[in-house]
Amino acid sequence: MLLIDCPHCGPRDETEFRYGGQAGIAYPTGETSDARWAEYVFLRDNPKGWFRERWFHVHGCRTWFDVERHTVTHEIRNTT
Amino acid sequence: MTHPDFLWRNPDPKPSYDVVIVGGGGHGLATAYYLARNHGLTNVAVLERGWLAGGNMARNTTIIRSNYLWDESAAIYEHSLKLWEGLSAELDYDLMFSQRGVLNLAHNLSDVREGRRRVNANRLNGVDAEWLDADEVKKFCPIINVSGRVRYPVMGATLQRRGGIAKHDHVAWALARKADEYGVDLVQGCEVTGFEITNNRVVAVQTSRGRIAAGKVALAAAGHTSVLAAQAGLRLPLQSHPLQALVSELLEPVLDCVVMSNAVHVYVSQAHKGELVMGAGIDAYNSYGQRGGAHVIEAQMAAALELFPIFSRVRVLRTWAGVVDVSPDASPVIGPTPVEGLYLNAGWGTGGFKATPGSGWVYAHTLAHGRPHPLAEPFGLDRFTTGALIDEHGAAAVAH
Repeated sequence: MLLIDCPHCGPRDETEFRYGGQAGIAYPTGETSDARWAEYVFLRDNPKGWFRERWFHVHGCRTWFDVERHTVTHEIRNTT
Repeated sequence: MTHPDFLWRNPDPKPSYDVVIVGGGGHGLATAYYLARNHGLTNVAVLERGWLAGGNMARNTTIIRSNYLWDESAAIYEHSLKLWEGLSAELDYDLMFSQRGVLNLAHNLSDVREGRRRVNANRLNGVDAEWLDADEVKKFCPIINVSGRVRYPVMGATLQRRGGIAKHDHVAWALARKADEYGVDLVQGCEVTGFEITNNRVVAVQTSRGRIAAGKVALAAAGHTSVLAAQAGLRLPLQSHPLQALVSELLEPVLDCVVMSNAVHVYVSQAHKGELVMGAGIDAYNSYGQRGGAHVIEAQMAAALELFPIFSRVRVLRTWAGVVDVSPDASPVIGPTPVEGLYLNAGWGTGGFKATPGSGWVYAHTLAHGRPHPLAEPFGLDRFTTGALIDEHGAAAVAH
């Protein structure tokens, strides 16, 4: 089980959180083609290595925040 | 003592092939087999970075069924099931394919409605399907607890009698042996590290064992597809997750069918050898680590024990995880890519094993003809732009 450092509550068990996938996905603005929209809805990075992702402290303070986690070792090196 | 005959040669790669398949799991081996058998293409290599069938082919829970909701899925999985029904004889190898019936349990009214709807949809598509009420479930599988005094009562189930299990290793070995007999080179310990692309056409793969020229390159790498595709400059609608499973110690025969429950994330069967084989849902986060959290196993065991109180003192022998590539609509992605000569067969997520022969069949056709097999056509990459999704989340996404 991951130990995730919530910026508000400190380190808590993974079971208190919900996963939100890749961080930094911006809503498309202006003229948006179907391809660009599909990218926004369906395409996410899937790296083998460091990954910036969203977590939600659903059973705690209910804060959304970013975590940098390694997808092989599961090491967490940064939360904001 | 003499060593028994090897099932396949262990050749060094040649400098060039008509088709290079990347990934020596079930789907890669089935693709190679059908390329040779159906299309006469034998100048083919399967490149496997580890050993044959050592990834998800060695880690799945071996469940086979075709009772998917949507027409497109029912067609491809039923094609696969029909192939399974003749595969032991065809490959001259006992795959221990056992059509013992697959139950998909309903625990609430919406499950019941969904289940009945799926039974009707299946029948319209020529897929065998029955609806059982709770008493009939109890008759079919006497060790299930169908009392109403549990958190997730059993209110009925769909039954596909032609569904069942097979011995995964035998499937891989049988396909590998036949592909090898046709002259396909199965190259192990050969990791693809890059693609040589000229004028938007793939001409070769770079590997840990040197450059290999290729007329066509076919990805069949399951959870690692995104990593490979990125080397060809492609970003795919796939996310890799751990999917955990476990086996118990060996037991006397106690469960003679497959029981699945989407709502409580558990599926159970008893292997021929005697161990209970149980699968969980995916771990939520992206991972290539081939392991997941113990709490996922714990939740799965809690659900299993409520369904099967008789298992309460059974010991877990081992748990493990595979890396599964999940697509946004829980359906596979099969077909050409924006890079000419580079083909994709991925996104089978948590349910690829049952599709092994069907997937190989349609992928081989797609490679041989340079355009998708009719059964694969709806599963192209472009569906995420056109919106023609094949959304199997409701019917299949959890327990696949």
